Amino acid sequence: MICVAGAVNLLVQSHPINSALSLIVVMASLAVEYLLLGAEFVAAVQVIVYAGAIMVLFVITIMLLNAGKEERSKGSRVAILLGVPGAAIGGVLVAWTLLHRANAETVAIGALPGDPKAIARLLFHDFLLPFEVTSVLILIAIMGAVVLASRPEAIARPHPSTPALEETRELVAPGKER
Amino acid sequence: MVPLSCYLMLSGILFVCGVLGFLIKRNIITIFMSIEVMLNGVNLSFVAFAAHWHSLSGQVFVFFVMVVAAAEAAVGLAIIIAVYRTRETLNVDQVNLLKL
Amino acid sequence: MTPNPYLWIVPILPLAGAAINGFFGRQSSKRAITLIALFFCGSAFAMALFLAAGFSSASAPYYYDLAHWLRSGSFQVDFSFYLDQLSLVMLLVVTGVGFLIHIYSVGYMWDDDGYYRFMSYLNLFMFFMLTLVLAKNYLVMFIGWEGVGLASYLLIGYWFTKDSAAAAGKKAFIVNRIGDFGFLIALFLMIKHFGSLDFTRVFAAVQSLPTETVGVGLLTAIGLLLMVGAAGKSAQIPLYVWLPDAMEGPTPVSALIHAATMVTAGVYMVARSHMIFDRAPTALTVVAIVGTLTALFAATIGIAQTDIKKVLAYSTVSQLGYMFMACGVGAFSAGIFHLMTHAFFKGLLFLAAGSVIHGVGGEQDMRKMGGLRVYMPWTFMTMGIATLAIAGIPPFAGFWSKDEILWKAANASWVYWVIGVTTAFITSFYMFRLMYMTFGGEYRGAPVEAAHGHDVHAHDNHGHGDPHESPWVMLGPLVVLAFLSVVGGFVGYGNHFEHFLAPVFQQGADVVAQEASSSAEKITEYLLMGVSISVAGLGWLLAYLLYSRRPQLPARIAAALGGLYQAVAHKYYIDELYNVLFVKPLIDGSTTILWHGLDQGGIDAAVNDSATAARHVSDNLRHMQSGNLRSYAGWVAAGAAVVIAYMVWMGVR
Repeated sequence: MICVAGAVNLLVQSHPINSALSLIVVMASLAVEYLLLGAEFVAAVQVIVYAGAIMVLFVITIMLLNAGKEERSKGSRVAILLGVPGAAIGGVLVAWTLLHRANAETVAIGALPGDPKAIARLLFHDFLLPFEVTSVLILIAIMGAVVLASRPEAIARPHPSTPALEETRELVAPGKER
Repeated sequence: MVPLSCYLMLSGILFVCGVLGFLIKRNIITIFMSIEVMLNGVNLSFVAFAAHWHSLSGQVFVFFVMVVAAAEAAVGLAIIIAVYRTRETLNVDQVNLLKL
Repeated sequence: MTPNPYLWIVPILPLAGAAINGFFGRQSSKRAITLIALFFCGSAFAMALFLAAGFSSASAPYYYDLAHWLRSGSFQVDFSFYLDQLSLVMLLVVTGVGFLIHIYSVGYMWDDDGYYRFMSYLNLFMFFMLTLVLAKNYLVMFIGWEGVGLASYLLIGYWFTKDSAAAAGKKAFIVNRIGDFGFLIALFLMIKHFGSLDFTRVFAAVQSLPTETVGVGLLTAIGLLLMVGAAGKSAQIPLYVWLPDAMEGPTPVSALIHAATMVTAGVYMVARSHMIFDRAPTALTVVAIVGTLTALFAATIGIAQTDIKKVLAYSTVSQLGYMFMACGVGAFSAGIFHLMTHAFFKGLLFLAAGSVIHGVGGEQDMRKMGGLRVYMPWTFMTMGIATLAIAGIPPFAGFWSKDEILWKAANASWVYWVIGVTTAFITSFYMFRLMYMTFGGEYRGAPVEAAHGHDVHAHDNHGHGDPHESPWVMLGPLVVLAFLSVVGGFVGYGNHFEHFLAPVFQQGADVVAQEASSSAEKITEYLLMGVSISVAGLGWLLAYLLYSRRPQLPARIAAALGGLYQAVAHKYYIDELYNVLFVKPLIDGSTTILWHGLDQGGIDAAVNDSATAARHVSDNLRHMQSGNLRSYAGWVAAGAAVVIAYMVWMGVR
């Protein structure tokens, strides 16, 4: 319930900071759901990573960029015309499928203990390769974010040049001003 | 004893909310936030199924999804900052240089 | 049937001449062109004489299979040639008269720029005509049939820069084509029912069929369709309209094609198919009726014409009617006899008319001629002989053949005879009218400028501005043809001609009337002969009175007759009628429906509109690429919904 309320609120709010706050609400409630499902590790990670780090990032950006209320602007008719019905239809279909085909399976609270030890065992045995790849992915993401967000002059500042470097530059681009 | 379909329904609602937010909102940061909502909805369904079928791989996958979401959020926000520097606006309708 | 390997050489020789002159004539000198053309035509004539000399009725008919052509299941057609008595007569006429006309054309067309083209076309025509005459099956005959139509088009429209000449050429070809359509259907029927187009096989198959005396059967259908083809080629009602227009061509063309040879192809074809006609009396009657009516009809038009060549054109149509009348009553040999004599005197008439035209500097209107017997004595004499022949005055050639036809027609029905005699009277009248207007009285025309310098001419010291006689290269053939017009008829004396052709026409022709030998019949024959001679004389007398003694009378008679005279003078408005009935609707329909409707509206529109549509579609599609993030998202959501729906649907099934 809270979850849904939070999600809807995100849509409704016009100031992004309000949307961010409602998103935090959604994250928190989801963490509780995970706990209910017995996934303790995931719940913890959700709070720490998602609600803690990512949302903080969002809030920092909003404040940095001084995002204000949303103005009215010429939107895209296609989005409204096609997208909303599309989403609605998709949702309805999924709901219908679920309602129809689910044969009242139930999940017990805390059915599957997702303690960190078990998860760690999986992570470092069976899913080792994806784990390493994702770590590289994060590294690349960090570098990319740094590059993208920094000021242009900071990147393009030339190295102090040596005579050998100058000669090479002349060979490559003779007479060209840097 | 909560029926599985309940969790799945919630997951679906979250997803739809995310899509709608993506379509309706004009502020690009808000759009990003709705993407996060979508991802969370998917995460929920993964965990629910993991619990249902007693397989921990679902939770491991959730872990990975979160990692990717974090990376994407970082890069995305960096892009937003870069775009804001040049365009001075956060309105997504005004960032349409890719038009024909 | 004996093979004769020389048969195929006869058509090939003029073809070679046509090819050489056609390809190389432009750069050659006139002497070279003349030599080539005359050599190849003359050698064809020599070949024909050689074949005639070696011809023996016992071993006839000769044949020769040159090459394979079509093979389709059991149906086969080859390039085969055939020579029997009938073909021999035609062969000699075609090559002989053709050769004389070639010589004549040398003089007539010498100053023309396209001299080489003319000679090439003449040779080409000879090739096709010889193919027609020497064919052993209907398909090779059809090649010649179409080919002479083509040559006719080329030659009529020879001065193609003149609009009327080009139009006349088109008219001739198109009207011919209509007839060819009938011919083709007849060929198809033959293929279907007899399985072959070869003469021997077709006639053998026909021989086993009974005579169709009641109703319309297969043979009647074939016969009628063949008659349609012959009507187109030989200018009978209703397809005669091209022949008077064909006078746009040079006069040697009119002589060769439209007097002596091409127009007689129809008669030859009917005679060749006599076995079919013998067993289809209905078709034969139709042939006779068409021929008779045409003869009378054309003769009446001829009396009011003022162009010398048009008079001769209508005269040709009329005489062809006589030939068809003869074939129609079963007297095929009489028809061929008249064909032969007609080639002589009509060819002579046209050539002499050409000489007259040449002499008065291009004028063709008889009202502007007159008194030419003083200036052009040879032309006058030869033309006079031809006129006597065509009028049917004994002992000239035309008398024998025409009388033969009238006698046979009288045996069939007195109606034919009456119409035939009337036509003979009219024929005599308008021919002598032509003579008196052209050669009699005083010269009424404009002074003739000597616009050309001849080197073939024998330069006379004539006064500048007077009509002059033609050079000997043109007069020579005139004299030869005049001689033939005098003696040509004697082959019919004592029925020699008929007996010569008897083996051709009496194969299975058990319905041909036998020659009468009773004295009562003989008296009737002489009586009828006397009648025809006297009407010829009457015609002469009338022409003399109207055009020589009292030249002012014709105008008063014409004025008195008023509308009737106008109708005759305007050819009964048949051309205008055809124009309204057929030509105009066809052109309008073609323009409106086919051009504007189908071509522009349908095909062009399809192409253009598909291009426009592509442009519109892409115009609309490009709005998708708006650069707007949210619309992209909208599309993605919609697409996702479609995929989900599909998957749900698949799951449900």
